[in-house]
Amino acid sequence: MKILVCISKVPDTTAKISFTDGDTKFNEAGVQFIINPYDEWYALVRGLELKEANNGTVTTISVGGPDYDPIIRKALAIGADAAVRIDAQPTDSYQVASEIANYAKDNGYDMVLCGKETIDYNGSQVGGMIAELMDLPYVSLAVKLEVNGTIATIERDVQGGTEVVEVSGAFVLSASKGMAEQRIPNMRGIMQARTKPLTVVPASGSSAMTEVVSYELPPAKTACKMVDAEDMDELISLLHNEAKVI
Amino acid sequence: MANDRYEAHDYYLMDDLLSDEHKLIRDSARAWVKQEVSPIIEDYYERAEFPKQIIPGLGAIGGFGPYIPEEYGGPGLDQISYGLIMQELERCDSGLRSTSSVQSSLVMYPIWKFGSEEQKQKYLPKLATGEFIGCFGLTEPDFGSNPGGMVTNIKDAGDHYILNGAKMWISNAPFADCAVVWAKNEEGRIKGLIVDRGMEGFETPEMHGKHSLRASATGELIFNNVKIPKENILPNKDGLGAPLQCLDSARYGIAWGAIGAALDCYDAALRYSKERIQFGKPIGSFQLQQKKLAEMITEITKAQLLTFRLGQLRNDGKATSSQISMAKRNNVDMALKIAREARQMHGAMGISNEYPMMRHMANLESVITYEGTHDIHLLITGMDVTGIPAFQ
Repeated sequence: MKILVCISKVPDTTAKISFTDGDTKFNEAGVQFIINPYDEWYALVRGLELKEANNGTVTTISVGGPDYDPIIRKALAIGADAAVRIDAQPTDSYQVASEIANYAKDNGYDMVLCGKETIDYNGSQVGGMIAELMDLPYVSLAVKLEVNGTIATIERDVQGGTEVVEVSGAFVLSASKGMAEQRIPNMRGIMQARTKPLTVVPASGSSAMTEVVSYELPPAKTACKMVDAEDMDELISLLHNEAKVI
Repeated sequence: MANDRYEAHDYYLMDDLLSDEHKLIRDSARAWVKQEVSPIIEDYYERAEFPKQIIPGLGAIGGFGPYIPEEYGGPGLDQISYGLIMQELERCDSGLRSTSSVQSSLVMYPIWKFGSEEQKQKYLPKLATGEFIGCFGLTEPDFGSNPGGMVTNIKDAGDHYILNGAKMWISNAPFADCAVVWAKNEEGRIKGLIVDRGMEGFETPEMHGKHSLRASATGELIFNNVKIPKENILPNKDGLGAPLQCLDSARYGIAWGAIGAALDCYDAALRYSKERIQFGKPIGSFQLQQKKLAEMITEITKAQLLTFRLGQLRNDGKATSSQISMAKRNNVDMALKIAREARQMHGAMGISNEYPMMRHMANLESVITYEGTHDIHLLITGMDVTGIPAFQ
């Protein structure tokens, strides 16, 4: 069983967010980066569980520069067998998906797993685009994945219940919370990661189809205004005149 | 501590001096601590019990002998990696770090450095995983700062030795599988030997009533005519220098560990100073609170720089015992003062077990006198710079 897991680099959840270049770029100065948690905790770990149960291999794939190497090394320490880094700066979802699809289509993977979205840009597009570009079925927002022979049974959370999907043959899946439990790298994994292959592949030259014009931060939180529970007139007046919601 | 909100602080961008692997080792240890130990530490501390169920995990993250070579079951990491792991463990609790320090520096280190090949093969791989837990017997009821006066002794009985005496204040003793014990032979020379649990006449009663290091088990080692096979003697070094070399390694780990405890207290105080409102403003708005916080991060940063440099010297085999004494003394004192200030900043909340400062403070009251007291380390520096020992 050959499994490809897409790994993206995102700012740590505690990072202070600011922008540069006229609010068109995220300011990376002083920011710590981590593996996108949906990629790491769910897609990668479920991939590893399937590999361990079915005697397969897990390869990670990323689109990025050498600054990606520390997080890729962590994915190897968690248990991936090999890693591929496509040497290009990620620009938009299409470019990333296109680069991954171009690499993956000739390598015969049984499945391509990714997180449901990255926690920075929240695009939630790469998985679907990879599937389209590789002409494979795509199952999004999956919470459970079982494989029996060539049939994959996948559960998705839908409004008010669960949807069960079956896919035959190769497929692309985006993983949601619940698919697996986080694995912390242990010392044996960290040592083994030193010698696992991290292959840097030249980009195929895919271009972005979109361009970010600007980012802006959400408005700062304003102070709470406390209203006496008995003073309904004041509450109504504030909601009407200040908040303008009634 | 059920909700461990700790965030690390790196005012002088010390991370730039670390390798990617250092950071991965440290961050993995931190994640493991947050997941496995933080949720239970207050409970075990209150019950005065060591959480034995964490031992395999502690081994897996490199908590036992991270610098032991791969041929003996260790990961063969450098001294800075060892320090970073100690920092993350003590960030949670000094007792957790103590268990790890003792196993690493006081049990595995002497077996690795002074043991026979058979001893290394027999003990080190099992100690590295935590399958075996070890302890270290040097201190005696009447010999603490003056270990050379020890009365525990071995007598040659032909094909074995007979061991008699008692050791006190021994971390891990109550459940240790083996003990590295220091005893005088008939010529008065200090020898190291490995005592296995189950040997007749060997007992390890637990010591109770501690107000400090409550989540770590402490006990006595009592030897009553214990037969020690001759192959259990550490053959490659004897004299007081042998245990002191082990203590150099342990004290180096403590220097890093104390930074962890200080960071945890500072982190809690910084967060609280922004959340606690008095006189209509966060208390972090007031100059006296800012003075406390500014001095804390200044002292932590100085300790980080001192200790990182000491790590480089250890890696190069150039760190002296006196340099290690300076770092251990400085950092533990720094951490204890920060724990006290951080507790005060929390007001009444600071004494509750919802916050870690009081536990760190109580723990650090042990750490400041164990493995060489604060005063003795000062005299070591004094001796080093003057050439005149002032101990006697």
